Amino acid sequence: MGFQMKEFLDFTFTWREVLIAALTTTILMAVLAQLLGVVLGLLAALGGRSRNMVIKGVSGLYVWFFRGTPVLVQIVLLYYGLPSLLGFDPFPKQYGNLPELIGGAFLAATLALGINEGAYMSEIIRAGILSVDSGQAEAAKSLGMTPGKTMSRIILPQALRVIVPPLGNEFNNMLKTTSLASVVGVTELLLLAENRFGGTFRPFEPLIGICVYYLLLTTLWGLVQGRLEKKLGAGLNRNEEAGFWARLLTTSRGAPHSGGVR
Amino acid sequence: MTGHQHATDVAIGHDLLDAAGGAPTGSSEVVVDAQHVDKWFGKLHVLQDVSLQVKRQEVVVVLGPSGSGKTTFIRCVNHLEKIQGGRIFVNGHLIGYRDVAGKLIEDKEANIAKQRQEIGMVFQRFNLFPHKTALENIIEAPTQVRGMSKDEALEVGNALLQRVGLAAKADSYPAQLSGGQQQRVAIARALAMKPALMLFDEPTSALDPEMIGEVLEVMKELAREGMTMIVVTHEMGFAREVADRVVMMDEGRVIEEGTPEHFFNNPTEERTKTFLAKIL
Ligand SMILES: Nc1ncnc2c1ncn2[C@@H]1O[C@H](COP(=O)(O)OP(=O)(O)OP(=O)(O)O)[C@@H](O)[C@H]1O
Ligand SMILES: [Mg+2]
Repeated sequence: MGFQMKEFLDFTFTWREVLIAALTTTILMAVLAQLLGVVLGLLAALGGRSRNMVIKGVSGLYVWFFRGTPVLVQIVLLYYGLPSLLGFDPFPKQYGNLPELIGGAFLAATLALGINEGAYMSEIIRAGILSVDSGQAEAAKSLGMTPGKTMSRIILPQALRVIVPPLGNEFNNMLKTTSLASVVGVTELLLLAENRFGGTFRPFEPLIGICVYYLLLTTLWGLVQGRLEKKLGAGLNRNEEAGFWARLLTTSRGAPHSGGVR
Repeated sequence: MTGHQHATDVAIGHDLLDAAGGAPTGSSEVVVDAQHVDKWFGKLHVLQDVSLQVKRQEVVVVLGPSGSGKTTFIRCVNHLEKIQGGRIFVNGHLIGYRDVAGKLIEDKEANIAKQRQEIGMVFQRFNLFPHKTALENIIEAPTQVRGMSKDEALEVGNALLQRVGLAAKADSYPAQLSGGQQQRVAIARALAMKPALMLFDEPTSALDPEMIGEVLEVMKELAREGMTMIVVTHEMGFAREVADRVVMMDEGRVIEEGTPEHFFNNPTEERTKTFLAKIL
């Protein structure tokens, strides 16, 4: 009974291989899934604006399905369901001589999280695109720019201002949602803790231990996010606006100041 | 750039078109040929059998009350709006459509984009790209669309900025420029594509009064240099001084067309008289 400080400290702060592997897994899975989510979200957002009804339909269906079903079910569906559907196992324990950490369960969970995330990112990117004044696209078109160039060079860079804050929140969520991967046997932080108390029968200490790590990760990310948003210049005041792009692209303060203010 | 320098007053005087790389030549051929254009917005018949020809180097001013279809018409000329009937040709090319056995089939985006390269447009609200400097705004299309080298584009861009009196503002972002300055950059941006035709939609109506002059000055210079222009404006001084022809629209139709002299001295249509009485 009671809280055993020694067990807590031992689990949490003894720097050992399994802990490092679990932390790496959590972070790597979150980053990869988020990246996949951004890419799929962009495709779905653009697809949703397509003149082609098939592309538009597929994009809509994708968002509808993955936002409308539980992500935990999606993970299990992919990991257990896909092999039975295909008749072979695309998710073996290990891929050739890749590190064991990046095995089939890791891949399945990362894919499922990323595909799920894409559905949410699509809505965020869509809102970002819609936030850009329609005169911008018209000006670009009137100069002879193709729809692709108009999007990539004129619309999306301006949409970033609206996309980045919710994107940051999505990644905060993703860091925590990776814990669902434990159900298919990915040894991320949660499964690490479960493995521990499976032997010690003291669940409280390691579970609080991994909370420490989740808090550490989300707090660090919060700091990064704050800086990023500051650079994107939430305020639209004249001088801030001026340095907007320069400040996004340079890390230092006092980014190049351009032109004279009238 | 430290910006200690003040923007000089508009000191153009020389060739805006030279800055963009040469004025269009030729004189009498038709640049814009709009034939019986019909357009609906839902149930609203905004353009009704509108026909208009603009010859090379001609400046046509379009007048008319609010809602008469002026903006809609010039947006059809570069296919920012679809049309439901008639044909619009620019430099002999049917704009926005393929004519398949007398039926209009909308063209591919890539082809429409190509056609738009020849048609510059200046908007009421400037629509400069806020994430790019004045100079970057100007070189964007030449480099991205025409495939011009960055060095060459910078040269063209700087020359154009000089011509519109804004050489000192090359590195300023739109938000750091006054309305008049923004509109002059927007004109330079359109000219950088060396268009055969320039469309202006009330280019000065979003400006503070003291800035209207500097923009009109640039437009007058452009007209003197032989640019073919369709200008929607309520600036009667500009129409009188620069227009070769004035076109009056009302309720989606062209109701009167003539020289500025005819228009301002003895217009025939009652609605034209009423309109002019209101705005002069
Ligand atoms: N996108 C649109 N959808 C529906 N109706 C529109 C649209 N754009 C314009 N209209 C309508 O078409 C008519 C013509 O509009 P247009 O903007 O061409 O007039 P205008 O002559 O430019 O007027 P103004 O002097 O006020 O600029 C108006 O009744 C307007 O309300
Ligand atoms: Mg208008």
